[in-house]
Amino acid sequence: MALLDLHRLWAVARKETIQLRRDRRSLLLAFALPLLLLLLFGYAIDWDVRDIALAVVDQDASPESRELVDGFLASGYFTLVARPASPSAAARLFARGEARLLLVVPPGFAADLAGGRTARLQVLLDGSDANTATIALAYAEAVARTFGQRVALHGELVTLPLVADSRVWYNEELASRNMIVPGLVAVIMMVIAAMLTSLTIAREWERGTMEQLAATPVTRLEVVLGKLLPYVAIGLVDVGAISALGVWLFGVPFRGSALLLFPLSFLFLCGGLGLGLFISAVTRSQVLATQIALVATFLPAFLLSGFMFAIENMPPVLRALSYLIPARYFLVVTRGIFLKGVGVEVLRVQGLLMLAFAVLGLALAVRSFRKELG
Amino acid sequence: MTGPAAAVEAKELSRRFGDFVAVDRVSFEVAPGEVFGFLGPNGAGKTTTIKMLNGLLAPSSGSGRVAGFEIGREREAIKRSIGYMSQLFSLYGDLTVVENIDFFSGLYGVGGERRAARRDWVLAMAGLVDHRDRLTAELSLGWKQRLALGCAVLHEPPILFLDEPTSGVDPISRRRFWDLIYELAGGGTTVFVTTHYMEEAEYCTRLALMNRGRLIALDTPAGLRAGAREPLLRLATPDPIGALAALDGAPEVVRVGLFGRDLHVTVRDRERALSRLPERLAAAGVRSDGLDEIRPSLEDVFIALVLAAGGAAED
Repeated sequence: MALLDLHRLWAVARKETIQLRRDRRSLLLAFALPLLLLLLFGYAIDWDVRDIALAVVDQDASPESRELVDGFLASGYFTLVARPASPSAAARLFARGEARLLLVVPPGFAADLAGGRTARLQVLLDGSDANTATIALAYAEAVARTFGQRVALHGELVTLPLVADSRVWYNEELASRNMIVPGLVAVIMMVIAAMLTSLTIAREWERGTMEQLAATPVTRLEVVLGKLLPYVAIGLVDVGAISALGVWLFGVPFRGSALLLFPLSFLFLCGGLGLGLFISAVTRSQVLATQIALVATFLPAFLLSGFMFAIENMPPVLRALSYLIPARYFLVVTRGIFLKGVGVEVLRVQGLLMLAFAVLGLALAVRSFRKELG
Repeated sequence: MTGPAAAVEAKELSRRFGDFVAVDRVSFEVAPGEVFGFLGPNGAGKTTTIKMLNGLLAPSSGSGRVAGFEIGREREAIKRSIGYMSQLFSLYGDLTVVENIDFFSGLYGVGGERRAARRDWVLAMAGLVDHRDRLTAELSLGWKQRLALGCAVLHEPPILFLDEPTSGVDPISRRRFWDLIYELAGGGTTVFVTTHYMEEAEYCTRLALMNRGRLIALDTPAGLRAGAREPLLRLATPDPIGALAALDGAPEVVRVGLFGRDLHVTVRDRERALSRLPERLAAAGVRSDGLDEIRPSLEDVFIALVLAAGGAAED
């Protein structure tokens, strides 16, 4: 007999769609949760440092010192929060966390500049948040350097130093959001895909409908594919919705081809949905299945896919492990298509790896799903 | 019996779960068109046997054929040739009546004009024409069971397996259900049915009694009753509890049990018991309003057979 009867497959898909339509919990999971996660993480995760709380002690009170402070404020990275009278008064601002960076312009700053001597500045940082402190210091140095060059030009004293004309590709503003949103598409879809299907086979066991299903001529492959079909459609809608929201709300560029994003998403979704079915078939319990699906997808996709941490910087063990995380490949795809606009010639390897993942996920689901009752 | 043309045939069929033998070398044949009753206490192995026959469970040993197909090896062919209604209601509660029918039509390959005709037939048969778009979960149990029966025979299978199809429903629904079974059997369908209800057993053409995984009797209802070896007396008394205490363990008595407001007393010898038992009752101060021999009911026969076979598994 035929291994795959399209009428039976269609009957399963249709039944699954009707059930899904009547199940508010699954609908929320399918349509609201992905967007909610995008908003949540899209706003919460921001590696850019902006509006650093700046306190200034201007002991020189000269036009030059004012010009320097204006330079800090004009950079857009600093917000002036206080002008304490002395460095010791400023220390209290640090302790209370009201200021992150303290700029001290010592007396004689303008005089040193005018005299061609090295003018000194003091920058104090709150190092309790080391990341922010490092970035803030880099910004402060950049502002001071720009100021120095301008003074040098005004005075026509020194020869122009070497100026490095650097240019950043793909993410010109170096906005971390441009990295995060395409990455989130991968992370969110991994979690949603596995969770969506983790309910379906377990539900049949819990409600006793599996016995009737098992007594019909429907094959395992037909059940697995039939259950998969509606969720693949939902997953593709989700990918489209998250991408559109990312572009519209977060202003992330979309330079590549949607015609490439969807087929590759399809492969990725088949793998994720297959994994969910596999978990569902093994646990036979809806509660357990969703929990396992969440744990098995969220943390790996979040931490080991290259979304949060660069894979090259991971210890060898974790780096090796990351090859087993399918979100790793889809992440390259989404970032590549969103930011670089690359085509299939670049994403071929990722596509093949995701195809392997899809075949593996579906094979696991079909194998683990036993029509025989225990 | 009918030999190779049997609709269902089991040969030394066994199923073990670890050390537990759920079904122990069971053999029988069911002729086409029979209403074959499968009886026995809980845990006797009835459901396990059905699941082996309809391809839900692989036998540990033994063989069998259903609709001419070998069990274990030709499961998919068997599944196309049978209808099955499981013990618990197992249609989709979140689907409407018609959606359930359409789903199973799809799985059984019932398409086109036949699908519409069969759908109408099931709706009429189950009395659900006016409730076709109601969610199945909202239906009464009697309706659910008739719908489940309808979904099991959408593809007009030659053999129908029903596992305790009427448990939990009222007598009127049960009667209606059996009318449907007879209708199907009259149309040539072989019906293989398990039940707890003795009055249902009377409706079957033949009965198989299982206990502790073994087949302990197989005959027509009349044949089983005729085969009862020990005479059965009925004692009418205003004090059945006192009478029970007085007669239990008496040398003339094999077994004594409450049966409604009377006592059913199985005895070794009719004449001896009729003369001696009134004396025992009188000695115990229990009044007798009459002691006479009665025709054993199927229930009496089964209890006797089960006890003779070592008692039920749950006792």
